[in-house]
Amino acid sequence: MRFKQRIGRWLVPVLGGLAFVYLLVPIAYIFVYSFNDAGRTNLTWQGFTFSNWLNPCGAPNICDALGNSLSIAFVATIIATVLGTAIALGLARYKFRFRKLADILIILPLATPEVVLGASLLAQFLNLGWELGYWTVVISHVTFCMAFVVVTVRARVSALDGRLEEAAGDLYASPRTTFWKVTFPLLLPGVVAAALLSFAMSFDDFIIANFNSGTFDTFPKFIYVAATRGIPAQANVIGSGIFLIALVIVVTGTVLSYRRQKALAAR
Amino acid sequence: MRAPASRRPEPAENLSAAEQKAEKARGRIGVGLIVPGFVFLLLFFAAPVFVLLAMSLYAKPPGAETGVFVPAFEVSNYVVALSEYWVPLLRSFLFAGIATVLALIIGYTMAYLVAVRLRQHKLLAAILLVILIAPFFSSFVLRTQAWKQILSDEGFVVEALRFVAILPEDGRLTATSIAVVAGLTYNFLPFMTLPIYASLERLDTRLLEAAGDLFASPMTAFRKVTLPLSMPGVFAGTLLTFIPASGDYINATILGNNRDTAMIGQVIDSRFFKIVDYPMAAALSTVLMVVILILVMAYIRKFGTKELF
Amino acid sequence: MQTTEDAKGGRMSTEGTRPEAAADQGGRAAVVPGAVGGADLVIENVSKRFAAFTAVDDLSLTIPSGSFFALLGPSGCGKSTTLRIVAGLEQPSEGTLRIGDEDVTDLPSHRRPVNTVFQSYALFPHMSVLDNVAFGLKQRKVADAVARAKEALELVELGHLANRRPAQLSGGQQQRVALARAVVNRPQVLLLDEPLGALDMKLRRQMQVELKQIQIELGLTFVHVTHDQEEAMTMADVVAVMNHGRIEQMGAPRELYELPKTAFVANFLGKSNLMHGKVVGRDGDYLQVEAAGGLQRVRADRAVAETGDVVLGVRPEKMRIFTAGEETVPAGHNRLDGTIVDASFTGVSTEYLVEVPGVGTVGTFTQNMGQVTGKAGEPAVMCWDPDFTFGLAGDDDVAAGAAERDA
Repeated sequence: MRFKQRIGRWLVPVLGGLAFVYLLVPIAYIFVYSFNDAGRTNLTWQGFTFSNWLNPCGAPNICDALGNSLSIAFVATIIATVLGTAIALGLARYKFRFRKLADILIILPLATPEVVLGASLLAQFLNLGWELGYWTVVISHVTFCMAFVVVTVRARVSALDGRLEEAAGDLYASPRTTFWKVTFPLLLPGVVAAALLSFAMSFDDFIIANFNSGTFDTFPKFIYVAATRGIPAQANVIGSGIFLIALVIVVTGTVLSYRRQKALAAR
Repeated sequence: MRAPASRRPEPAENLSAAEQKAEKARGRIGVGLIVPGFVFLLLFFAAPVFVLLAMSLYAKPPGAETGVFVPAFEVSNYVVALSEYWVPLLRSFLFAGIATVLALIIGYTMAYLVAVRLRQHKLLAAILLVILIAPFFSSFVLRTQAWKQILSDEGFVVEALRFVAILPEDGRLTATSIAVVAGLTYNFLPFMTLPIYASLERLDTRLLEAAGDLFASPMTAFRKVTLPLSMPGVFAGTLLTFIPASGDYINATILGNNRDTAMIGQVIDSRFFKIVDYPMAAALSTVLMVVILILVMAYIRKFGTKELF
Repeated sequence: MQTTEDAKGGRMSTEGTRPEAAADQGGRAAVVPGAVGGADLVIENVSKRFAAFTAVDDLSLTIPSGSFFALLGPSGCGKSTTLRIVAGLEQPSEGTLRIGDEDVTDLPSHRRPVNTVFQSYALFPHMSVLDNVAFGLKQRKVADAVARAKEALELVELGHLANRRPAQLSGGQQQRVALARAVVNRPQVLLLDEPLGALDMKLRRQMQVELKQIQIELGLTFVHVTHDQEEAMTMADVVAVMNHGRIEQMGAPRELYELPKTAFVANFLGKSNLMHGKVVGRDGDYLQVEAAGGLQRVRADRAVAETGDVVLGVRPEKMRIFTAGEETVPAGHNRLDGTIVDASFTGVSTEYLVEVPGVGTVGTFTQNMGQVTGKAGEPAVMCWDPDFTFGLAGDDDVAAGAAERDA
């Protein structure tokens, strides 16, 4: 009995810990191999060097692809966040005809695999005779990200206490002021989270971009294509770099809010 | 407990003029908010899906060049699609299904560890949460490629497994179904873990104490209290994992071989770009989407909560 | 006439108006703090129907300027809906609403000279306490908003917490902030939606006193919605008892308590012993009523009906109780005979439940003067001065309001 209990106590931490290691294995691998003195192909360990980190754009076209991806992710995120937040507010707060239909139309992209989304958009662009490139990727990423924004922000809207808005109205704030002074600040964390998610998903997307970019290069596409001849170590540098930057931002934020909570609790 | 956001009861049928005006004004604001996004989705989601549907019925005129098709009503495209590609189609759902179950087990363990077991250790929980989100920030393709190299025939993992005779002398991991499923599991794990974490984080642990007080063993308390209360997260997580996994082809391409591990996404991709057979690619896409919608709908019917996403 | 275009502005009722109060600031009139605010609030034939039920049913009510008015009723009686209609958060299905001479029925909430202390306080979690209190003043572009907000916080003794966030305050402190945030605007009508409901008993008593003091100090019209009859009676000048969307009875607390006009009021506002009876004759100012196996008397001017079936009532504390055989019933007093079914000693008093044939269980109590108290099973005699009796309509439900009171 006691033995069984002890297993029960340790089972979750041990298995959970192993899962976290599993999560980190390829990330660690990417990081380690970013220091590989690899030359053109980064398949086997050749020796330690900082040169990849000192010259991250060393591989041909890699930084162009990176810049393209960052730019697309940025623009797509802004559009998707604005449109998605408006939809989330409209759906959660207001009643109108065709609401059910609107609900379904907005949720459907979530139930559509990327390959289908990519293929259908390609069919549409071919049909319209649009040239594939930067804007077709942006458009397809907005479609892809908007549903996630709607879902994320909508949860926040439904959790919002409507009485706060009533209180603002009671205190002489017009509906417009109420929105900007009360509703929006309270939704902001949700909107920011949605925007970050959009950015990450757009930046990381390969499948949809592959369908709709034509000859235009994005970072995931660059790696995918490079994989056949060997990925340059600079890709590892960039991958690790982005990871580290994100990690520093998130950890700093977490620690700061943790500290603040502790300080509050201490009072 | 949070109070419901809106506690306005449904208004009566016969509203006064002022009430009607107020309701109408609210309705107009609501419509104004959703119209831009709605139009965007009509143009770049609904319309493309219809174009895809139409294209799946196009015919190739005899003697035409590669990539030239004419509008038609060629239902036989679907017959060909299903009869030639039912194996990768089935394999896609099988792989995605196994990966979803594996991700559920792994993801639930992680979410439970962070949200329940480490609730008192706030800083550690926060750091683990960061690691949970971490894969989002390093490139999907790059990570999959890293797995390929980690699991490669010359790699440490394969040699170790051969040494302890789990793998035969000439056994390998890459280019097998195992590698593909493992890759799928790995890559969609955050989509599973985060919703479960979100619902476990809201769990009131005093309920578990109450269950213990009422003679429930920890295991029973988990089964009767924790698990049911985390079902919305499990539900969202499984959908968010299964749907993209069944359409994915990066894992199958990088970690699999083309013959025995091909998933439907690969076929669609190659039909579009290598063979330039748009109707076939469109028909396969349609089939994939319809099957997923049916599966998702059945799933929602069976286990669905009202607040789906 | 001091009517301004903006109804949120400083139009005052004639009484208590100081000339400088009508100052106009940049086209937007504002109530000048320090002025004695308040205007009659007139609710005329207001109804509010929802799909499933009628929340407010043809309600007409005048709340005089400067009064502390309580809307008392059980949950679901329509009192909160009435409040929301006055605040402009809900549109009435029918009827009009006036503040002073101005029709405000169609005025949106942010243009009404009305402020609310919400039941949940509804403090903005992303703003400091000070910003919360200054919010309304800033919306109306009052020049020294922050200074006034600080004053208001001092008024509720929270000046030292101005920079905290609402989440860092206790329930009682949050309640005071909500109050300060509303009164700082010097509204013509201040609405209080069960503002003390979330506080513990001790704090509630303290806040009742403070609220009353603030109301007297500022001279504002307070409309206080509550289901707590004691709270309503302690604080309000006028209490309106509401049930099923209608006003059952309205008046000063003592008036309502001493002379309820319906069984609902008799039971909901304090306890009553009610019994069915029939008017059999008249004896000067008194009606003679056959009830509880004897002849009881009630003053004709304290009875709703003077003939036929009636319901007689008396408050428990008006009765005296004796052990049977030792009674001294003064001449002309009403009398009931029964058997004690429960006697509970509470220190200050002993509370009795007495089973009276033909009436049911009657409650009364005796103050602790050191006397020997009755025990369960013993026969007892009760009597009371007929001047304390009140007469209700014969078809009234004697149980109405009792369950709601104890809820």
